[in-house]
Amino acid sequence: MSRRVSVCVITGFGINADAELAHAFRMAGAHATRVHVSDLIAEPDLLLRFHILAFPGGFSFGDHLGSGKVFATLFRRNLGTRMQQFLAGGGLAIGVCNGFQVLVKMGLLPNASGSGRQEVSLIHNDSGRYEDRWVTVRAEPGSRCVWTRDLAEVDVPVRHGEGKLITRAPGQLDELARQGLVTLRYASARAGEPSYPEDPNGSEGHVAGLCDPSGRVLGLMPHPEAFIRAPQHPDWTARRVEPRGLLIFENGVKAAAAST
Amino acid sequence: MTDARLEIVTPNRYRDGRADRLLHGLRAAFPGAVRSCRIVDVVLLQGIDGLSPAIASEVFCDEVAQEMLVDEHVAAREPGWDFLVEVTARPGVTDPVALTAREALGVCLPGGVPGAAVIQTAVQYLLELEAAVDQQALARFFHNPLVQSATCISRARWNEGLRPPARYAHHVAESPAEVAVFDLDGLSDSRLEALSRDRLLALSREEMRAVQAHFQDPQVTASRRSRGLPPGPTDVELEMIAQTWSEHCKHKIFNAVVRYCDAGESSGSEQVIRSLFRTYIRDTTDHVARERRFLRSVFHDNSGVIAFDSSTLVCFKVETHNSPSALDPYGGAMTGIVGVNRDILGTGLGALPAFNTNVLCFASPDTPAPDVPAGLLHPSRVLEGVHRGIVDGGNQSGIPVAAGAFLFDESYLGKPLVFCGTGGVLPRRVAGRDSCVKEVKPGDLAVMVGGRIGKDGIHGATFSSEALSETSPTSAVQIGDPITQKKMADFLLEARDAGLYRGLTDNGAGGLSSSLGEMAGLSGGITIDLDACPLKYPGLAPWEILVSESQERMSLAVAPHQREALLSLARRRGVEATVVGTFTDSGRADVTSGGKLVASLELSFLHGGLPEMELPARWVPPASAAPAGAASAGLAATEVTDLARLLVDVMGDLNVRSREEWVRCYDHEVQGRSVVKPFVGRRRDGPSDGAVLLVRDDSWQGLTVTHGICPRYGDHDTFHMAQCAVDEAVRAHVALGGDPRRMSALDNFCWPDPVEGPDNPDGAFKMAQLVRACRGLAEACRAYRLPLISGKDSMKNDARVGGRKISIRPTLLVSLMGTIADARRAQTTDFKSAGDLVYAVGETRGELGGTVLERRLGRPLGPCPSVRLPEAWDLYRRLAGALRRGLVRSCHDCSDAGVWAAIAECALGGDLGAEVSLDALPLAPVIDADPVRMLFCETPSRFVVSVSPAHRRQWERAMRSLPMGLLGVVTREPSIVVKRRGNVLAAASLEDLRHAWSGQGGDRA
Repeated sequence: MSRRVSVCVITGFGINADAELAHAFRMAGAHATRVHVSDLIAEPDLLLRFHILAFPGGFSFGDHLGSGKVFATLFRRNLGTRMQQFLAGGGLAIGVCNGFQVLVKMGLLPNASGSGRQEVSLIHNDSGRYEDRWVTVRAEPGSRCVWTRDLAEVDVPVRHGEGKLITRAPGQLDELARQGLVTLRYASARAGEPSYPEDPNGSEGHVAGLCDPSGRVLGLMPHPEAFIRAPQHPDWTARRVEPRGLLIFENGVKAAAAST
Repeated sequence: MTDARLEIVTPNRYRDGRADRLLHGLRAAFPGAVRSCRIVDVVLLQGIDGLSPAIASEVFCDEVAQEMLVDEHVAAREPGWDFLVEVTARPGVTDPVALTAREALGVCLPGGVPGAAVIQTAVQYLLELEAAVDQQALARFFHNPLVQSATCISRARWNEGLRPPARYAHHVAESPAEVAVFDLDGLSDSRLEALSRDRLLALSREEMRAVQAHFQDPQVTASRRSRGLPPGPTDVELEMIAQTWSEHCKHKIFNAVVRYCDAGESSGSEQVIRSLFRTYIRDTTDHVARERRFLRSVFHDNSGVIAFDSSTLVCFKVETHNSPSALDPYGGAMTGIVGVNRDILGTGLGALPAFNTNVLCFASPDTPAPDVPAGLLHPSRVLEGVHRGIVDGGNQSGIPVAAGAFLFDESYLGKPLVFCGTGGVLPRRVAGRDSCVKEVKPGDLAVMVGGRIGKDGIHGATFSSEALSETSPTSAVQIGDPITQKKMADFLLEARDAGLYRGLTDNGAGGLSSSLGEMAGLSGGITIDLDACPLKYPGLAPWEILVSESQERMSLAVAPHQREALLSLARRRGVEATVVGTFTDSGRADVTSGGKLVASLELSFLHGGLPEMELPARWVPPASAAPAGAASAGLAATEVTDLARLLVDVMGDLNVRSREEWVRCYDHEVQGRSVVKPFVGRRRDGPSDGAVLLVRDDSWQGLTVTHGICPRYGDHDTFHMAQCAVDEAVRAHVALGGDPRRMSALDNFCWPDPVEGPDNPDGAFKMAQLVRACRGLAEACRAYRLPLISGKDSMKNDARVGGRKISIRPTLLVSLMGTIADARRAQTTDFKSAGDLVYAVGETRGELGGTVLERRLGRPLGPCPSVRLPEAWDLYRRLAGALRRGLVRSCHDCSDAGVWAAIAECALGGDLGAEVSLDALPLAPVIDADPVRMLFCETPSRFVVSVSPAHRRQWERAMRSLPMGLLGVVTREPSIVVKRRGNVLAAASLEDLRHAWSGQGGDRA
């Protein structure tokens, strides 16, 4: 590692899981700074000083007009070009929950066509309500995502009302999977497909996370930053647990370090 | 184009979970009537220069998941609907979605959005019916007419050409801008009372007399003349006085002189209590403070502040929002949460809100509709709305709901109780200053931050100081906007750390009048310029601007040299901040409007002129408060013929069963510090005794958050009710692994009106109940060395509707925030392994009065539970030691439905069975050993604990000589077997218990 990996954690306008996301990156060895999106807009070149750009969870603009929608418009309109530069220059990005919704609506995920247009969406859960519960997600073996290498399986909380992944047309999801862009799926404790609440929202193909063709941009509905200490897991008083959410951040920091 | 009506809809090929959920609710409310439901989001735009379909689509439409129609109707394309309802906010009611739409359009339009542009939103529901249904009732399902309007169009009317409006009225009726003046000279008592009533001042005859006397004082008259003010008060002054003197702000009842007599005592002597607050609450804390050195700021700030460690303080506050929630459950609960969040933001120099709590009391959602008086919402609607308000308000604010409770009792039919709490964290030192000390210096600028002022929330403080009735002012209702507040909160904490302000407080009840009036006390005066105040729309009278309780606002004191830095940061964070006045040392609160002085009140009169109340209190002991020996009375041996059935049914009791269907919708772990969550165990369906959370990323020292509330015990004696509530909160703290030497509590009293009068003949008895509750609270806190650090009272929880008066049961909520030295030693309620030993800890004394069982059997079962304080304290310290040493594998306190419910919940959480024998239950000598009594009595200070066999000797040694019994063992068999003298008394399968517990058993008794 030539120098310490630096992470920009975006805040403002209703983002609320920024502090713990920054902490997760620090635990993974990075230097993490919380930056208000207005300060980025005022000085867009700031973006290019970071190795990783992180979009945290929360309720940007109250989820009004669709989760992540207004924040995506704000970001694309003001920082879209800089963002492309940042990614083209080898930068990494992660979007968690509301951050995933933002990346999807900005067209950065999955971006299979490379056109930067929105290709999939995240809509109201089948249950029609917001839920906070722990689920198990499994890393897709064929994924090209650098963030989920050697992850296998991890328990993580989901905390959302609009996390159901949909695609435009039949066959699109298979194509995404074929290209290695499907990164995480909700898993069942038993053999076979997960059913509610193991799949908490009814996503197509039980998909919980996607990456872009570079494998360097990850978006996921669950909150890995909420499992970086054993006592965050609901079972910690009953058995020994490893805080495996941290692995995702370690992977990201490692990948960023390798490319600097 | 500049105007458009946009309709946005999810195409039929995607399942719309939001519509499905709504349909589920519709089918429950209108069985057999509704086949399907579609939701259309509507945006109405007017006067937007540069608007194009492409920009509208970019801002409002998700191109994958939605379709957008411009000036066309989805309803025109959809064949399969019979009834259309379109719901929008009433004029003047905050529409947070429209505010966001304005911001979003501003991002995309080069010229921005003109100030005169009108942006409205609505939601349209297209219903397919399969049976005739009352269309008015259907419309009511979708909206609350207090804050929303609904347009209904049947298919037939649609075919005739009727369409939803292209835009909705947004005009707000203007109030006269002139200032009214009142001549109080020579007004009789009845005229004074009439004035108070007509202007919703909620001031009593004595208080109106004090106002009259003040304005007749020759010195005051002379001084007013010299300032160019009329001799009598202006409406601005009268409103300021009324807000400042309201029960809500001044706690007149808790500060009254009370004459208490006990009809049960032969002497009949009278005891005079000068202020319940000073006598029972503040003095208790002062007494305890000698041993509890961690108190930092109690009773005088917006929340109670204690030391957490050498560099961190924590604070806690609980408020109620009962009256607003009765009228508009969604808005009332949401503003309750964001309101108490502001108390934390306004504590010291500003604390970070770190957790929310909510305790909610309703009548049963299954109350038959005819039992609900006209004018009141059905409890199921109240529950649904309050819950939704908490979900939206709490989740969007990014503050985890750590703990809380739901409680059902028919006495909450008139007014629900909505207790909203928030805990906060602040560094000991902020920008080089002691973070507990607010400063305001003469010359500092008064700055209002956050939302704008509107007509929403006028008279909230005075309205909540009166009974709810058909004439309650609807202007008191507001909708919260959590995102505006979240932006403000982020901004304030940033400004705090940069040292950009000297002092701050929240704008809650009484609006600017209260917040600036309070801060003016620190500098010694203020001048407020109403012309500078940013308004949502024109047309507010000066007094309305001053007392409006429009949400999401804080008031700051800013040194003149920091003015630009503060205002510029606010601009960059998208937060409105406006200088609205200057702090002075004039000794007065001066208010100007239109360049003229419209109010000038001496602070000494405003804050100190309120006459003290005198209240009688007469205690008549109820028949059930018989000697303790009678605990054996009440329950007939043959009362329960099918114990096995009762074991299951009790777990489905509305006051026992799982709250998961509601609590699952709260974000309880944002901020990443949760250690014990609301649900625990293998299937994460076992209930917790409370929350454990971390405060810092670099320390394992944690906080516990627990509650105690038991209003039904108050039917017997509120003294015991209060002690049991304290005990419940303390024992839950201990069960979680908390340190009994490090805990603080809040008292929240919600009472029926205790002021005797012609329409309140038993007021003196309710006052006596209040006195006894205070005594019980004080004694228990002294015994547990438990300081009370903050509290609140709500004293008018009565509703008068349809000629009927419905009063709540006197209710005391004790909320506890404690410390656990190492959160990795916290414990949960779920059984962990088969083979672990199950112990009952604490003596069982058999009380059934006020219990779940009594309510189920429907007749009195003798005295209520009572606490033996010294014994309990001893037990808590020893049990805490055992937990700290890691000797315990699960720990659950016994509360509602006694030791049985505790065992069943441990088993459900662990997904394991148990075999337990009642022979070993430690019993008080006086009670009959009836198994039903043993299982369901609610004696406080008891636990069910499981211990690994490997730790048996150490555990038993640690607990030696305490009342404790080895009941049995955790088993792999999925059932709980209850034995007596070697015989099986009854058994219940986990499957049946889980079915009942999860609320599917249909038992809602």
